[in-house]
Amino acid sequence: MLQLTDVNVHYGGIHAVKGVTMHVSPGSIVTLIGANGAGKSTILRAVSGLVRQCTGSIAFLGRPILGLRPHDIVKRGLTMSPEGRRIFPNLTVKENLALGSYSRTDRAGVADDEERVFRLFPRLKERISQPGGTLSGGEQQMLAVARALMSRPKLLMLDEPSLGLAPVLTQEIFEIITTIRNEGTTILLIEQNAFGALSIADYGYVLENGRIALEGPGKELLGSQAVQGAYLGARVGVV
Amino acid sequence: MTWAVFAQNIVNGISLGSLYALVAIGYTMVYGILRLINFAHSDVFMLGAYMLFYIDFMFRLPWWLTFVLAAVLTGVLGITIERVAYRPLRQAPRISSLISAIGISFFIQNLGLVVFGGRPKPFPVPQFFSQSYMVGSVYMANISWVVPVFSGLLMLGLTMLVYRTKVGLAMRAISHDMDTSSLMSVNVDGIIAITFGVGSALAAAGGIMWALKYPQINPLMGTVPGIKAFIAAVLGGIGSIPGAMIGGMLLGMLEIMLVALMPTLSGFRDAFAYLVLIVILLARPTGLLGREFREKV
Repeated sequence: MLQLTDVNVHYGGIHAVKGVTMHVSPGSIVTLIGANGAGKSTILRAVSGLVRQCTGSIAFLGRPILGLRPHDIVKRGLTMSPEGRRIFPNLTVKENLALGSYSRTDRAGVADDEERVFRLFPRLKERISQPGGTLSGGEQQMLAVARALMSRPKLLMLDEPSLGLAPVLTQEIFEIITTIRNEGTTILLIEQNAFGALSIADYGYVLENGRIALEGPGKELLGSQAVQGAYLGARVGVV
Repeated sequence: MTWAVFAQNIVNGISLGSLYALVAIGYTMVYGILRLINFAHSDVFMLGAYMLFYIDFMFRLPWWLTFVLAAVLTGVLGITIERVAYRPLRQAPRISSLISAIGISFFIQNLGLVVFGGRPKPFPVPQFFSQSYMVGSVYMANISWVVPVFSGLLMLGLTMLVYRTKVGLAMRAISHDMDTSSLMSVNVDGIIAITFGVGSALAAAGGIMWALKYPQINPLMGTVPGIKAFIAAVLGGIGSIPGAMIGGMLLGMLEIMLVALMPTLSGFRDAFAYLVLIVILLARPTGLLGREFREKV
């Protein structure tokens, strides 16, 4: 579904991503884990068209998307929910969601999807006319995911959805991600919470200093000595 | 001062204020989205008036149609300015766009001097606007109610555009976070172009109505009203559209009232506007309705 081949990104004079090759197959949850600054976000920003200084090839549904502008990439069914939620604090929950479905013209479909995200995130419905900035951290994260879903993506990329959330909420977010996948949306998930991400992922990539250091099925990586030592450490059993 | 004279001054204040407001909206919209003071805006105001002058001169169309054409063409011009002078600098440090804006402003003024000539041209004012009546004991020309009413309608239309349509939603989103807006499939360049088009068309309307009030146009006519409108935008809180409207009305009213109450100071009315700017910047830099913009890292 999504294929990155030998992708290199130079970002502010730094060679941030070095020859990354990755594959996301339809209907799966694929996760990309790694330490802070390993280049995870840069990869997603390159895929979504926000970073232009990028070489190699990125193909979505068999067609190259490298060099397209971000809004055109979204129209092809590839949506990213950026790191740090980035909801619009001055706009209401409803308006935030309306932006998610901005380029869609099928009103009935949009209404269906609005119902769907309210089913996934009932709290958002209660807050529908509140400005996004007044929501709690957890609610803002829910809004960010809901907003991305409003574009009805074929592939949803989530950049650190558990960032700054309490363990209970983190658990909830991971469950919802699984539900979204089960309802037919492929997921590419970036996480620092390696344990949580690998637990739900079908396949995982471990990024180290801009290179893929390790890859394999989620459960396998979860059991691997190298991953446990480097990324899980004390987190095992905590989440 | 008699009540009649007072009422007369109120009318004048509203009239002047609504023109400042129309132009201030263009400054504030561009600032809200690009954090750029569009210095060329005052020259777009001038071009609006010349546009009407030449369309009227060449085609002799019905006046309303001439007006619409002039506003639309000036809007297109505004879009062109953005395309040529600002978009290529979108990723550059903000100071580059600012310098580019100053350059474009000088360029348009001097091009105007060459193409239109430096000698002021008499602006065609249809009979209707200069007709006047006595309302009670107040002397009133049609122009003095047309300007505020029409400006009001334009501002109402703009408010609807910004707060009730998809394009307006995108404008408000972009003004907060351009990257995330593009991830929501908003065509950021397209929306910025629309913003410049709308702002410039409003400036053209302002320039034309200004010329109806003071029917002599010259290539530098935009400078002073442009700066006043900019002050109005800062006064209201730059980046805020309601702020620009309130700031414009307030500045227009203050200016007229200063002259009315202290006729000896009438030579200082421009200086007074700058004084307002200095006071606002010292006392409340965010303006009346402005909010603190946190700079993004």
